[in-house]
Amino acid sequence: MNAISALVRKDILLYLQDRRALLLNLVMPIMLAAFFGYLFGGSGDAKTSRIDVALVLQDASPTAQKIAAGLKADPNLRVTDMTAAQAEEEVRKGKQKAAVTIPAGFGDAAGQALFGAGEKPSIKVQYDPSQQAVLAMVRGLLTQQVMQNVSAEMFGGEGGRKLADQSLADLEKNASAENAELRSFLGNLKTFMAAEEKRTASQPQATKAGLTMPFTTSEQAVASKEIAAGYNGYAHSFAGMGVQFILFMGIDMGIGILLARRSGIWNRLLAAPIGARSVLLARALSGALIAFTLLCVIFAVAVVVFKISIVNPLGFLGVGLSFALLTSSFGLLIAAFGKTPEAARGMAVFATLIMVMLGGAWVPAFLFPEWVQTLTLAVPTRWAVDGFDAMTWRGLGMDAALQAIGAQLAFTVLFAGLAAWRFGREAR
Amino acid sequence: MATELLRVTQLTKAYGGRRAVDGVSFTVNRGQTVGLLGPNGAGKSTTVGMICGLIAADSGSVSLEGQAVTTGACGAKRRIGFVPQDLALYEDLSALENLKLFAALYGLKGAHCRRRADEVLALVNLSERAHDKPATYSGGMKRRLNIAAALMHDPELLILDEPTVGVDPQSRNAIFDTLDRLKAEGCALIYTSHYMEEVERLADRIVIVDHGKVLVDDTPEGLFRKLPAHAALRVDFDSPVGDALLDGVRGCAGVTGVAREGDGIEIKLAAAADALPVMTWLSAQGARPTYFATARASLEDIFLNLTGRTLRD
Repeated sequence: MNAISALVRKDILLYLQDRRALLLNLVMPIMLAAFFGYLFGGSGDAKTSRIDVALVLQDASPTAQKIAAGLKADPNLRVTDMTAAQAEEEVRKGKQKAAVTIPAGFGDAAGQALFGAGEKPSIKVQYDPSQQAVLAMVRGLLTQQVMQNVSAEMFGGEGGRKLADQSLADLEKNASAENAELRSFLGNLKTFMAAEEKRTASQPQATKAGLTMPFTTSEQAVASKEIAAGYNGYAHSFAGMGVQFILFMGIDMGIGILLARRSGIWNRLLAAPIGARSVLLARALSGALIAFTLLCVIFAVAVVVFKISIVNPLGFLGVGLSFALLTSSFGLLIAAFGKTPEAARGMAVFATLIMVMLGGAWVPAFLFPEWVQTLTLAVPTRWAVDGFDAMTWRGLGMDAALQAIGAQLAFTVLFAGLAAWRFGREAR
Repeated sequence: MATELLRVTQLTKAYGGRRAVDGVSFTVNRGQTVGLLGPNGAGKSTTVGMICGLIAADSGSVSLEGQAVTTGACGAKRRIGFVPQDLALYEDLSALENLKLFAALYGLKGAHCRRRADEVLALVNLSERAHDKPATYSGGMKRRLNIAAALMHDPELLILDEPTVGVDPQSRNAIFDTLDRLKAEGCALIYTSHYMEEVERLADRIVIVDHGKVLVDDTPEGLFRKLPAHAALRVDFDSPVGDALLDGVRGCAGVTGVAREGDGIEIKLAAAADALPVMTWLSAQGARPTYFATARASLEDIFLNLTGRTLRD
């Protein structure tokens, strides 16, 4: 026990003296997690950034003017008036996410098309192809403004009255029994319009009647019940970057064993009356201790500075410990199968990057296609990242923690078993 | 009466189809220094690895006074100190921390460990640099610390695998002084090196291995006796010598071989004392040497005589 504790102490001392390692394993994940966390929504209290939209207004009708005013008043958009050429150029350069062109005659044509009497006019929406999600959002907001303002104009505006008068005159010329019902409807519409005009004349503040959205949405972020502030984008980014850079520490640990084997240190250790198993056990223990401490420090910064909440501390410790053991066994695996430190480092970094990418460390796994999500269950980092997410912003209970712990320990046993088999084979 | 400490019996080890060690046997007594020599690839390192318990033997045994040395956590390893050829030190730990770490592997701790570290550092003349990191040491100092780390647990047998590679003459002498003191204290040494003069200076017995087998195991004197020539005489003249003179030298007592070398001759002698009659005979013949020198046969002559001059990779 004295020998193992001395070896563990030595590894920790050497690690603490290695400033490059501390920078890579501690400072880098915090910096990158802060950056990605900010990009992915920060701590949830920041205002959503508005979408830049260019507006090309070629129609002077009241309806088009109201649509333009409605778009400019929308808190989700930042609308700038431009010419058609300017707008297209700005979208091409990526300075505007989309350009909306309301063509001349749109107001009248839209009114007629509302009752099916005329051809539907077209609003051109040009968009940045890298911003597909923006297109859907602009289209939705535009639809809302057009329906609201065109219907208001048709049911209570000058345009609607002219259209009704024109339609009635046409019907008088072609009087027939079949048109009687339509004549009656248009007559009633004119009566409604007259009453509406009288109402708005006496109440200047009143809005004209028109179609409005027949519902409102009540939006609620479903995350941890205990987190009053809701989703914190830093929670996922700290989990992802922490997992990635602590695995890099695991690589360094494995490379360290390979370097020791290349030098005389390994032989000197094995010449002592403790056996290779004890030497490897000590290295695994020190690796796990360092990994767990790094994880705790990284998340301590996340809690104190970036206000993430660890909703289930016990589960978090379990997930963290099992990840630390996983990291350590990963290091042993590299040491066991690596031929040279140089070749092993390249392969191990590549494998780690693939693992953290598939594990959802960079972007959450739920963004992956369904089949990839299923596939990545075979990747140990997926369980680590999901486990930390579950214990922080998702606020799940011990059952979720136990799943992550169990899966990580299974991978730990697999990696350590393979490493032990390989080391044993070499000793023979 | 010499007491046997280490017994190596019929050790064999094969890698793939190649036998790296093939039935190696020898013994080492307490306080004795055995030089283990062999060309590259002869099986020295594998033999040392099996003696230290680093490599499992296919067959045969290694024991210290009957206590078997095996790979794993065997007790016999506590009695062996191993100085690897490479510097087996943690460069970012101080010398003292290095020594305490390696001592802990052998169960030393606390005040006893600290006291022993002071003794060992004094032995290798590094007391004043105890708190410095080996990264700041010269090559010779690192080599001395490399030896010190193997001495912390006060081993009965110290195995040194080329311990003086890349050190200056001063450091080499300091290392020899340390080994002399250890030997005087009763520590047995196995010393492997490619520097024949080192082995010649230190060894009480020399074991030469090649192709995995022991070629010879004898005292240095015994080895020299096995050579046809123990000494050589070099004589130069101001013009090339004739065949008649060569034949005449060949007929002198103690001469085992004669060869023409430029304007001179190289004469192999059974003993250094045979040089005088040869010089007397040459003088009697009216020969006027411009230069002459005698040389004793070296361990390198013995080594090359036994292992041949073919390059080994």
